Amino acid sequence: MAKILTSSDCSLCVEFGNAITEEINKQVRAFTVAAEAAAIEGVTELVPTYRSVTVHYRPEVIGYARLYEKLNNILGGLTAAEIPPAGEIRVPVLYGGEHGPDLENVAKLHDMTPEQVIELHTAPTYLNYMLGFLPGFCYLGGLDSRIHTPRLTTPRVKIPAGSVGIAGSQTGIYPLDSPGGWQLIGQTPLRLYDPKREKAILVDAGMNMKFYPIDEAEYERIRRENYPEEYAQEGGQKT
Amino acid sequence: MISFRKKGLLTTVQDFGRAGYQRYGMPVCGAMDRFAMALANLLVGNPQGEAVVEATVMGPTIVFEEPEIFAVSGGDFGPTLNGEPIEINRAYRAEAGDTLALPMAKSGARAYIAFAGGLDLEEVMGSRSTFLKGGIGGLDGRPLQDGSRIGLRAPLADLPDLEERFVSPDLLPRYGSEAEVRFTYGPQDDLFSADGKKTFRSSVYTLSDKSDRMGFRMDGPAVERAAGSDGNIISDGICFGAIQVTNGQPIVMMADRQTTGGYPKLGCVIAADLPLLAQLKAGDKVRFRPVSVAAGQAVYRRQQKILDKLEKRVALRAPEPAEEPPLCGRFLIHVNGVEYDIYLEEQYDA
Repeated sequence: MAKILTSSDCSLCVEFGNAITEEINKQVRAFTVAAEAAAIEGVTELVPTYRSVTVHYRPEVIGYARLYEKLNNILGGLTAAEIPPAGEIRVPVLYGGEHGPDLENVAKLHDMTPEQVIELHTAPTYLNYMLGFLPGFCYLGGLDSRIHTPRLTTPRVKIPAGSVGIAGSQTGIYPLDSPGGWQLIGQTPLRLYDPKREKAILVDAGMNMKFYPIDEAEYERIRRENYPEEYAQEGGQKT
Repeated sequence: MISFRKKGLLTTVQDFGRAGYQRYGMPVCGAMDRFAMALANLLVGNPQGEAVVEATVMGPTIVFEEPEIFAVSGGDFGPTLNGEPIEINRAYRAEAGDTLALPMAKSGARAYIAFAGGLDLEEVMGSRSTFLKGGIGGLDGRPLQDGSRIGLRAPLADLPDLEERFVSPDLLPRYGSEAEVRFTYGPQDDLFSADGKKTFRSSVYTLSDKSDRMGFRMDGPAVERAAGSDGNIISDGICFGAIQVTNGQPIVMMADRQTTGGYPKLGCVIAADLPLLAQLKAGDKVRFRPVSVAAGQAVYRRQQKILDKLEKRVALRAPEPAEEPPLCGRFLIHVNGVEYDIYLEEQYDA
């Protein structure tokens, strides 16, 4: 059962549970879609996360009591709401070499070949539970437990944008150059975050993500073509 | 065109921030003291959220290369125009070649300079605010430097009612080295013990020198967790003013905060008191007092009314009679050693 909590005097937090599960995250997405469609006057922003949605509002336009009631009504109608699919994005990755300097080590740690690591990393359909930490940073769920890998003991000072890494049970992509301790297994030429682009961030919360391996030539080609919009719209491999 | 002869300590371009992208992990940024920014803008005839220059503790020295109307609000940095002292919260006309200096904060920590017609800078994701960590917005995504130059979009050589464009100090928040700020509890106040909450609302905290535009760290007594809490939560959204507690230390999340985080939040500073907090310097003292949401919103609406009236009339001389606050009260009731927070509030309907 969802709870409506106070998170400030100009925001409420609608919480659907206290666990990281697909079930709870589906409710988060359903509520976000429904609340957006309701277009409540005075609501300025919705921020969905693993298990809650923060609703920002302007108290000079809508008071606490009225907003609470409206959100409660949306919650009541949720089961009936038809939620459009969130879509899927396919992310090309050049694994190993200078793009994934930790691939060999990750493989060794699990008594595998680098090819087996790539196979296990590309097999699942990951759920993007939420974005946060950095612009465009996706919290993906679904990494195969056979390649769960601890962080580096000494973090790197600069990890280049697009690097694909593993940290514990998580896998993810660095959207911009950043320090960090993830084990880097590859790099995508796709720019998940580009503040100058019309759609600055390609992935929405609730979307699915698939990785697929590419070679150096394909990497360079996608880079040259400047991160085609088709990835965002069709979520597919450009042909 | 304006040029920066001296950059100051940390001088950035800010507006209302990059709203609407928090769901993508994009920090909002924007002015730390939004009220002062809005005020400076209204004085020169701009919309409240036009991009301004935010100065920190030691301000910049700016040379006007063409005539322009400007105003300085927020902290009192002892501003001068060609060496002559000028008032804060009043619009002035600068001639080509004039020099505006904001030497040092005498009160407050942040001053805002608004320029009539706005700064000629590109919007990035709907805002001109500088996002320092991400290197975007403002001028080249970084603080202004010695020698930086910014164009003016529509400079104004004069405004007919210039001498009427000021605000009486009686209407404005007073910035001191001690502040009492009000906060609302939630969303994770249940993860702190009754003693922990009592510690927080009855102690004096000192603003740490490890504070920045992302967060204000509070040195002082540790806030005790509730039994069963390990001091972490499943990441959720972070609001401007959220009081996050990391290993017992309260950190108030400010304009450049990350959008989500995994530490529990005891409460959030009310929007109307964020300017008071934003104007504190390292070493200043803060007390936190809990209030109801209704009380916070009543103060906020009163503050917005000042801006609305300013927008319509421009000159505000006499203090407006204070409105009756809505009926509200907060009671702490102890039953079998458990503390209950009870709110009683009048409902507000916009």
